[in-house]
Amino acid sequence: MGRIFAVTILVIAIGSAIPILRHTWWMPQDISTHGAPIDEQMSETMAEAGICFLASQILLAAFIWKFSNPKPDSKIKTFPGGASGLVIAAFLLVGTEVLALGAFGAKAWAKIYFTPAAANALPVQAQAGQFAFYFRYPGPDGKFGPIHPDMVSEANQNFYGIDINNDQDAKDDIVTAEMAIPVNREVNLLMHSKDVGHSFFVPELRVQQDFVPGLDVAIHFTATKIGRYEIVCTQLCGLGHYNMKAYLSVMSQQDYDDWLKKEAALQ
Amino acid sequence: MHDMSAQAVQHHAPPTSFIGKHVFSLDHKVIGKQYYALALVAVVIGMVLSWLMRIHLAWPSTKIPLLHYLSANGAAGNVMTPEYYLQLMTMHGTIMVFFVLTTAPFAAFGNYFLPIQVGAEDMPFPHFNMMSFWVTFVSFLVMIASFFVGDGPTLGGWTQYAPLSAIGPASGPGQGMGVVLWASSIAIFCVGQLLGSLNFITTTLDMRTRGMSLWRLPLTAWAWFITSVMGLTAFAVLMPACILLILDHVAGTSFFVASNLVISDQVQPHSGGSTLLWQHLFWFFGHPEVYIAIVPGMGIVSHVLITNMRRPLLSHRVMVYSMGALAVLSYMVYGHHMFVSGMNPFSSLAFSFPTLIITIPSTIVVLIWLGSLYGSKLRINSASLFSLGFISMFISGGVSGFFLAQPSIDIMLHATYFVVGHFHLVMAVAAIFGIFAGTYFWFPKMTGRMMNETLGKIHFWLSFVGAYCIFMPFHYLGLAGNVRRYQAFVDDYLQPLLPVHKFITVAALVTGAAQLVFLYNLVYSRFRGERAADNPWQATSLEWSTPTTPPPFDNFGGQHPVVYHDPYQFGIEASTGDYVMQNSPEEIHTVRDEE
Amino acid sequence: MATTVHDPPKSGTQKHPALTTTGNGNRGGVLPGGGNLREVRRYSPPPASTGIWVGIAAIAMTFAAFTSALIVRKGSSNDWQPFTLPIILYLNSALLLASSVTLEVGRRRVAAFMAGVKTHRARPARWLYVTLTLGVFFVAGQYAAWKQLRAQGVFLATNPSSSFFYLLTAVHALHVLGGLAGLLLVIGRLRSCVLRRSTLDIASRYWHFMDVLWFYLLLLLWMTL
Repeated sequence: MGRIFAVTILVIAIGSAIPILRHTWWMPQDISTHGAPIDEQMSETMAEAGICFLASQILLAAFIWKFSNPKPDSKIKTFPGGASGLVIAAFLLVGTEVLALGAFGAKAWAKIYFTPAAANALPVQAQAGQFAFYFRYPGPDGKFGPIHPDMVSEANQNFYGIDINNDQDAKDDIVTAEMAIPVNREVNLLMHSKDVGHSFFVPELRVQQDFVPGLDVAIHFTATKIGRYEIVCTQLCGLGHYNMKAYLSVMSQQDYDDWLKKEAALQ
Repeated sequence: MHDMSAQAVQHHAPPTSFIGKHVFSLDHKVIGKQYYALALVAVVIGMVLSWLMRIHLAWPSTKIPLLHYLSANGAAGNVMTPEYYLQLMTMHGTIMVFFVLTTAPFAAFGNYFLPIQVGAEDMPFPHFNMMSFWVTFVSFLVMIASFFVGDGPTLGGWTQYAPLSAIGPASGPGQGMGVVLWASSIAIFCVGQLLGSLNFITTTLDMRTRGMSLWRLPLTAWAWFITSVMGLTAFAVLMPACILLILDHVAGTSFFVASNLVISDQVQPHSGGSTLLWQHLFWFFGHPEVYIAIVPGMGIVSHVLITNMRRPLLSHRVMVYSMGALAVLSYMVYGHHMFVSGMNPFSSLAFSFPTLIITIPSTIVVLIWLGSLYGSKLRINSASLFSLGFISMFISGGVSGFFLAQPSIDIMLHATYFVVGHFHLVMAVAAIFGIFAGTYFWFPKMTGRMMNETLGKIHFWLSFVGAYCIFMPFHYLGLAGNVRRYQAFVDDYLQPLLPVHKFITVAALVTGAAQLVFLYNLVYSRFRGERAADNPWQATSLEWSTPTTPPPFDNFGGQHPVVYHDPYQFGIEASTGDYVMQNSPEEIHTVRDEE
Repeated sequence: MATTVHDPPKSGTQKHPALTTTGNGNRGGVLPGGGNLREVRRYSPPPASTGIWVGIAAIAMTFAAFTSALIVRKGSSNDWQPFTLPIILYLNSALLLASSVTLEVGRRRVAAFMAGVKTHRARPARWLYVTLTLGVFFVAGQYAAWKQLRAQGVFLATNPSSSFFYLLTAVHALHVLGGLAGLLLVIGRLRSCVLRRSTLDIASRYWHFMDVLWFYLLLLLWMTL
């Protein structure tokens, strides 16, 4: 039975690796300017983790095969090099591997989080609330009107609680249920939560960031491919969490301008 | 100066009444069995919950028979509502992590065997020990009670992130009384664990019999000791967090709820609280907690394998140091659950480095096991199969940690099924396999009967293959971006993944059914199993040297064992065979070839 | 791997080498043999002694968690409103400090009494009663402080600062009540002549820890409120 077990481990290990090698299920195509290092990091890690996974499962299988159901008079043997060899190998090999991954990964992370948004980045505000995303554009004045929590009203479709009668900056704000951005233009997304925790995830854009109630978070990114993508909520926010999504449309500058004009007219 | 340890435990006379023997017992062995029984009930409930979840995910509009009896609101017409899915999911995670993975490997086996392995009559504070079980039992009742109150249990996941958990009933069904019951249950659970840790630590340090130095302790004793120190520090932080959460609910405070939050057009009355504070407090507990779940399993697997390999580990000390290193590092990594939480991105990098470093002791542990398998005389039986299965599962679950340790990759994998696959492989499979290995190994000592080997092997094969069929695909789903904690998959990009979910559900139901083989084996063997010898595995540690099987009330029949040897004297020539027990005065003259 | 601790003994009446000690007993220390894990010793410290340190560690972690919650909460928003600590708090602190002094005096006298040292001094239990009384007054004084704040309109939920004030002082007072129960136990056993030295020592250690903990909390509250 030891040998059958050894073969089973081998089959499972190799079988598990096949969908990975063939990218049967994989990340969608990257449409961002910062995503290439992330994808590289993912492939690197996959290769190294894959080697560790396969090597150790194969060794496990091999040793079970060889040493199970031994003859009664066989002698116990010590692994060559003993424990110290293995410990040194672990420190050197795994140690360098993880430090390398850490160092390169830090660069990818720094590129996203430690560089400030460009001065001419397009400001868009995203608000997450049970169970929908709403977006706000500042309009020609480039300023967002203040949010009045007591004026938030689903019934009146005043999702942001803006006061167009009294706040000058709010008068030209454009609130939409869909997010549209021009291609190849940096966007500065200002994230605000209306109620509980939510998250903003667009796999193609290589962006995932939690909304933090009480803390306005900003992230910036640039989309490089025109298309329509889904924004999904990934932070458990209540019974409608599974259904909380919006569409992100990446358009040409011309199409985007037209779209914004149309939305402004609907306010 | 005489031996104080004998005096330290107030000798309690053996109980005579049924209540004294089986209900309110001071005997650590009974308490261990009570914890095991609690874990068994909990795992059955937790598993049934997982079946309900998986059926709903694969066939969302299915009517599940009898479900409306559990909740008239949550399952009217036997169809699960979205909120009820989340409520069942929350209870599944909570019950499994707390009442199965923290109780069985640590409290159940540890209570039963630690005192015997160190050569003591009992733990030094038997009343606190008894209390620790009953407090845990009360905690379990409070948790189960939340199924039957108002609008049901809380739906915020076992992680109960604020402000969803703290803001009150406005945020969803079960978020009022459900949260208060959850937090109360967990706070009570913490008390039980602290009482338990107290006994484990003092037993290991102060109750060892003559000749039992710390380096002569079996690896299970080391694992339980290290776990109890983690438990002490981790649960002592979770309890205040739960108290603060309860206060936010019932006392109008705002520890976790920020200002100006609006639900259903109402501005919520809280202000100024910190969303991230809950996450920091919770994960400071939460990460050591998962090591509390796995380290006893590592001890058990080492212990079982050594006996079945007929040789000690390649290095006993390295294994101990590695388990210790895992415990220490586990406090420094908790922020890896919060990489994209909105905390300072620099903190994310800071947490990722210890997280990457923790792979080193994990690797060493696996390599020591592999290196010890080399040149061994490996016996294949249910206990050793589950131990070897543990190693395979720990490798699989561990390598996915390489990905999740890096913030840049975590952007793509956070809150997806990749994470769910990772923690299920290490906790739901590896840690559970450790419990199974311990059960098959120690059942003869606890009951005086052997478990049926054929049934054990059937149980193993179905579980091993089944578990891989369930949880390997989770990683693929995660890579494709499948978000977790969704009760249904309505997004466009998830549609191609639905067949994978159906496959997983079928695998889950089959693997779940296979556990009935184990349950049957447990019950059947308890009453009809083949009678066991005192030392059926030819093992060396003190639990196999008790005068009777099961051990008598004071473990060693009034004698105090004397220890002469290191714990794993195998592969030698001795009068008893290829091993010498720890309490045997026999000299060992043969020098093995590795000296 | 080494087998027995020493070479096999010569025949005769020599004690088995596994049983001999090779160092001090590391009395009261956590790790025996001064950290030498090969040490095989014949004396174990009373488990109660280790146990009380374990308990103290757990309580310390709990208050560490509360402390970090306070610091984070204070910094997360600008709604933190400090208020003046009621003066009675300082009186309570003095009472608690005095109780530690009286406890320590009492502990030494009881220990000497138990060891059979003949002395002209008054009954040693008297000092324990004084400690108990001071402890009760401490808790009563804390209650008075709460009442005073309530009279000023400062309640648990009034402000995060008051939330932490009530929380920390109440949780501490709860633990002090536990310490009082321990002292009562010690006094009871002393009167029935069944008191063990270890019980006396650990009850004292716990009480002193309550004192230290209180001064830490006082400092924390004074700095942040």
